[in-house]
Amino acid sequence: MSALLEVEGLSKSYPVMERRLFRARQRTEIRAVDGVSFSIAAGQTLGLVGESGCGKTTTARAILNLVQPTEGMVRFEGDDIVPIFRQGDRARILAIRRSLQYVFQDPWLSLNPRWTIGETLREPLRVHRPEAPRTWTARVDELLRMVGLEPHHAWRYPHEFSGGQRQRVGIARALAVEPKLLILDEPVSSLDVSVRAQILNLLAELQDRLRLAYLYISHDLSSVRFISTHVAVMYLGKLVEIGEVDEIFSRPRHHYTRALMSAIPVPRPGAAQTRIALQGEVPSALRRPSGCPFHPRCVAALPVCAEIEPMLPPAEAGHRTACHNPA
Amino acid sequence: MAAAQPLLEVRDLKVHFFTREGVVRAVDGVDYSVNRAETLGIVGESGSGKTVSSLAMLRLVPPPARTVAGQILFDGEDLLTRTPKQMAALRGRRIAMIFQNPATSLNPIYSIGAQLTEILTWHEKASRRDAEPRVIELLGLVGISDPATRLRQYPHELSGGMRQRIGIARALLCNPSLVLADEPTTALDVTIQAQILELLAELQARFRMSMVLVTHDMGVVARMATRITVMYAGRVCETADAATIFNAPQHPYTRALLESMPRIDHSYAGPARRVLPSIPGRPPNLLNPPSGCRFHDRCPEAQVECRRLLPVETAVAPGHIVSCLRRGSPGIVA
Repeated sequence: MSALLEVEGLSKSYPVMERRLFRARQRTEIRAVDGVSFSIAAGQTLGLVGESGCGKTTTARAILNLVQPTEGMVRFEGDDIVPIFRQGDRARILAIRRSLQYVFQDPWLSLNPRWTIGETLREPLRVHRPEAPRTWTARVDELLRMVGLEPHHAWRYPHEFSGGQRQRVGIARALAVEPKLLILDEPVSSLDVSVRAQILNLLAELQDRLRLAYLYISHDLSSVRFISTHVAVMYLGKLVEIGEVDEIFSRPRHHYTRALMSAIPVPRPGAAQTRIALQGEVPSALRRPSGCPFHPRCVAALPVCAEIEPMLPPAEAGHRTACHNPA
Repeated sequence: MAAAQPLLEVRDLKVHFFTREGVVRAVDGVDYSVNRAETLGIVGESGSGKTVSSLAMLRLVPPPARTVAGQILFDGEDLLTRTPKQMAALRGRRIAMIFQNPATSLNPIYSIGAQLTEILTWHEKASRRDAEPRVIELLGLVGISDPATRLRQYPHELSGGMRQRIGIARALLCNPSLVLADEPTTALDVTIQAQILELLAELQARFRMSMVLVTHDMGVVARMATRITVMYAGRVCETADAATIFNAPQHPYTRALLESMPRIDHSYAGPARRVLPSIPGRPPNLLNPPSGCRFHDRCPEAQVECRRLLPVETAVAPGHIVSCLRRGSPGIVA
């Protein structure tokens, strides 16, 4: 199966001035995303997991050029789209944006409170389908039904809706222009448990019906297990492990992935859970450890880990791990 | 010790918010108890009344809310009849609280040392000099390295996990008999959450404290709680020991809640369509709660009577309390 989206060596650095006592200020950089590569085929979901600050959201934003990538390629249907954004060719940028849409985490902040739901859903049509204004209303009705709302909801304002309904609107807005890939950034994290299942079911159903590809970003591993076909794990801006969902969950090989999985409290009282204790906390991206960025906290670190950075094997191998001493 | 008196008993507690739009019955007739040296997990979705009922125990419900009825018996004494001065002497000393967000529950303009020693100088009339060794000892206990240096640091210099450790040390300074922990790990990353939960369990066993753990995360209560109370729309659905809640839940809401969670130990891959059993609709607006059983309009087992009668909490087995007409609870017209 050929990939819809291929990301290769994607990096995003931010320049910072570092101040340290008794030393001149130093120009340095934070590598928020560092050489990330993966691909997603139509109808598939890549779950991108990791803890806060690991670069998940920056990766997503760099794909859409919401932040400009420092390095790397983002190929969509075979074309590298990074230079297209850089050249600023509006017609081609719009075409890419039609295919790649974003669903935001917080449905309270991502809808304009002064617009009715109908206006919110017509906006992408106004931008991307300006030639056929007569079709907009019918399309808005169709979109609302697709996400389990009613056409009369188009007249309401966001404050009249619950969190779950707002997230349905957020999904409808992303679907308005018939995208091929949705970037879902923590779409259920702010929702209550009983509503979370409804939204996850909706996402699964829409994917099957429309053959959508998803990049699903979350720190909630149980929802990742439900929605994903593949999983990629990030730590300090790097991909440390990637593979098929059941492979990653039942046979995790990177010691960070193993620690992450074992840290999730299983809803089974008295469950014999052997937690792989992680010492300390994620180091600051400014003081990235030498060699493998995880080695100071790793239970299986070897002397080589402090010196040589392990690389993720090339894409041909199915389940890949950037580790000198995998489990 | 047969039938030892519980440390805390909440009886028919009602906390209502008197808003311009009307009376919001956030907590509407709730009963639960906490035994000595146990952890009671209170689970529920947002708006179920779990946080408000725990704030009521400290008499800290914010206006426009008021505790309108009920009893909160702590060591046999009703806290609701105490004077504000008596409450102030009790808060932080005998009942302490660990808050959800360690970033906002510490004062940004005071050093860690100043905030922690203040508790001892206030409650135990200790001098700052005498208080400091105790503070340092506790910081060491909660796993903070080099506590003497940390005393002079400010909250912004610490990570989220470190701040929550400070929050725990602050709660334990006066050796309280009851600790209320409201979503203590929700703001933290999972690996840090695991560290903090481990620490809480260890300290609880060591000091034989009672703990009320308020959370929406079923995984967290499974890990921590001795007994669990499930709340929905300001009422208790079910209370039982942790194993019963997870292995043999009786209330339809408890069952639906457990089933609707994706499982990390379950494979969903394959050609079959992925569907989670979900609860239709959404939690009710408590300004105008559903008549009868609060869950009836989302309940798969609801009958006509559920719309009319409010179920009363009833024991279906020793220590297992359910409020559901379909499980034999009597109903009252409310």
